[in-house]
Amino acid sequence: MDWGAIFNNAAVELVSPTTAAYALAALGLAVHFGYTGLLNFGQAGFMALGAYGYAISILTFGFPVWGAFLVGVGASVVFALILGIPTLRLRADYLAIVTIAAAEIVRLLFTTNTFAAVTGSANGLSGYKNEFAALNPLADGSYGFGPFTNNAYDTWLRIVAWSIVILAALLVWQVMRSPWGRVIKGIREDEDAVRALGKNVYAYKMQSLIFGGVLGTIAGMIFALPRAVVPSNYQTTLTFFIYAILLLGGAATVLGPIIGSMIFWVLLSFFSGFIARAVEAGWLPFMTAIQGGQLRFILVGVAIMLIVIFRPQGIFGNKKELAFVR
Amino acid sequence: MSASAGLDSAAPLEPPVPTQKPIKTTGLHIGEAEPGCRKVDPILVVDNVRRTFGGLTAVDVDHVEVPRGAITALIGPNGAGKTTLFNLLTGFDKPDDGKWTFDGRSLAGVPAYKVARMGQIRTFQLTKALGLLTVMDNMLLGAKGQTGENMFRALMPFLWRNQEEENRAKALDLLTRFKLDTKKDDYAASLSGGQRKLLEMARALMSDPTLVMLDEPMAGVNPALTQSLLDHILNLKSQGMTVLFVEHDMHMVRHIADWVIVMAEGKVVAEGDPHEVMKNPAVIDAYLGQHHDEDIGEDPGTETENVSAIKELLDDER
Repeated sequence: MDWGAIFNNAAVELVSPTTAAYALAALGLAVHFGYTGLLNFGQAGFMALGAYGYAISILTFGFPVWGAFLVGVGASVVFALILGIPTLRLRADYLAIVTIAAAEIVRLLFTTNTFAAVTGSANGLSGYKNEFAALNPLADGSYGFGPFTNNAYDTWLRIVAWSIVILAALLVWQVMRSPWGRVIKGIREDEDAVRALGKNVYAYKMQSLIFGGVLGTIAGMIFALPRAVVPSNYQTTLTFFIYAILLLGGAATVLGPIIGSMIFWVLLSFFSGFIARAVEAGWLPFMTAIQGGQLRFILVGVAIMLIVIFRPQGIFGNKKELAFVR
Repeated sequence: MSASAGLDSAAPLEPPVPTQKPIKTTGLHIGEAEPGCRKVDPILVVDNVRRTFGGLTAVDVDHVEVPRGAITALIGPNGAGKTTLFNLLTGFDKPDDGKWTFDGRSLAGVPAYKVARMGQIRTFQLTKALGLLTVMDNMLLGAKGQTGENMFRALMPFLWRNQEEENRAKALDLLTRFKLDTKKDDYAASLSGGQRKLLEMARALMSDPTLVMLDEPMAGVNPALTQSLLDHILNLKSQGMTVLFVEHDMHMVRHIADWVIVMAEGKVVAEGDPHEVMKNPAVIDAYLGQHHDEDIGEDPGTETENVSAIKELLDDER
């Protein structure tokens, strides 16, 4: 068995743009769920708006990169307002129902044949990378070392993606240690108490929903750049993977979502490489290669269960917090 | 709900009293002390406030005024509508109709957070300490007009650092008064029930309110802590604040209240000086209800909570 290739492929995922995208989406969810206590189950919808907003702006309207970026962000602000206005006055669980439904509506609107000319229907969109590549200041050639060796475009993409993640992490860290963050955390604990102290809880929840949603939208753009935009990528499973990453790292932490995403993707890649080769080598005679492809998700699930059982606060969470939960 | 220490048969014989002798404010009303009577200087005026839940009329108050600079107790049997009235007055619930003013400004339709900003701060019957915030953060949350509570200004700490330091000093001062200063870096969830009541009261004071509304401040607090809570409430008055509180503990009401409003079945049935109002037949009716005409006998086992409360009061009076 080629252990070298398995570990090599796993290491590639450590800094891949997809890992960065998941980290950023999970950071947005940390703002929603970890800090504010908003049960947003529609993060995939925010990501889809980012990916489609970016791709459609460039392909259909010929916008520059920054224009396409702003369109995506604007779309997610509008989406957050539509979700928030009716539901943020209600109890937390209503938001969960509405967001999961709204994310599906977004995905199905992008899938339907009616708008195929713009959205590409089920086949999705591709060919929007040239504008981003044209901004690349790096000369052609390969950069990096070992498993992290990439061509100029991929290196450029990684630099941009991780810079955004680091910037977003600093931003979240700064606002959460400010008086604004204190109100947000207070709302998570008991919004009536915060209201009784003269804070406009509704406005704070809306700000949090927009802030986390915009992070998810930017994550959607990063997610779309190394691949094509396909509506089936934005199913509810995407949201649940992001929740898994968030719980793995620690819900109300800044580093948790980022390290959680790295662990998630490295594990996923490791298991997929390992199982594929184990099936090939005849170690798992009861299993076909296709079944092996599914088994990796089961193993990742088991790994996450173990972490949640033995370290329920996540990797970076504060153990003391859990002492009072139940 | 709230069988407080004073009504409990297992309670100590000596009722908790404040360590300082309360100075009673008198001459608060104009004319007869009757339900809805006018006050010399009302801070809160309620007119025709009605709230129904389906077929049940929880609150139906024609007119009531709360005197400024005094401690007013709102009493009544369970289900009298005291907490519902609290919720209506603070914007946490909307009445079917009616109007009410605070400091001359109408509060009808004003959301809860704006009511709080006007200086009318409330606490809750079930204490709402923000468990996973430290005691200090709980306190800082109470401060008004914080620059750093704006999302964009939050990004620039130099804009709010000085204000934060001032608030922190003020919070520490209040925590010292409430004997919670050693707990300031602990999670509020680690406090005992009584300490949480203290924290909630201290947190309310961070905004320098003019009217403090306490919903059962003594419920579930042990007698030793009750004493210090009573002192704190009296201190609020000496600092010029108005206090309106809901309470079941009759001893406490008698000791610290300057004025008592009695509610029953959603209506104000009596008002007056705490010593006089307990003798009012309407109050005895409200508490004794259907048992009024029955022979209660000598066996304490057959007595209801309310009957023993009234008996205790009348004994106290002698």
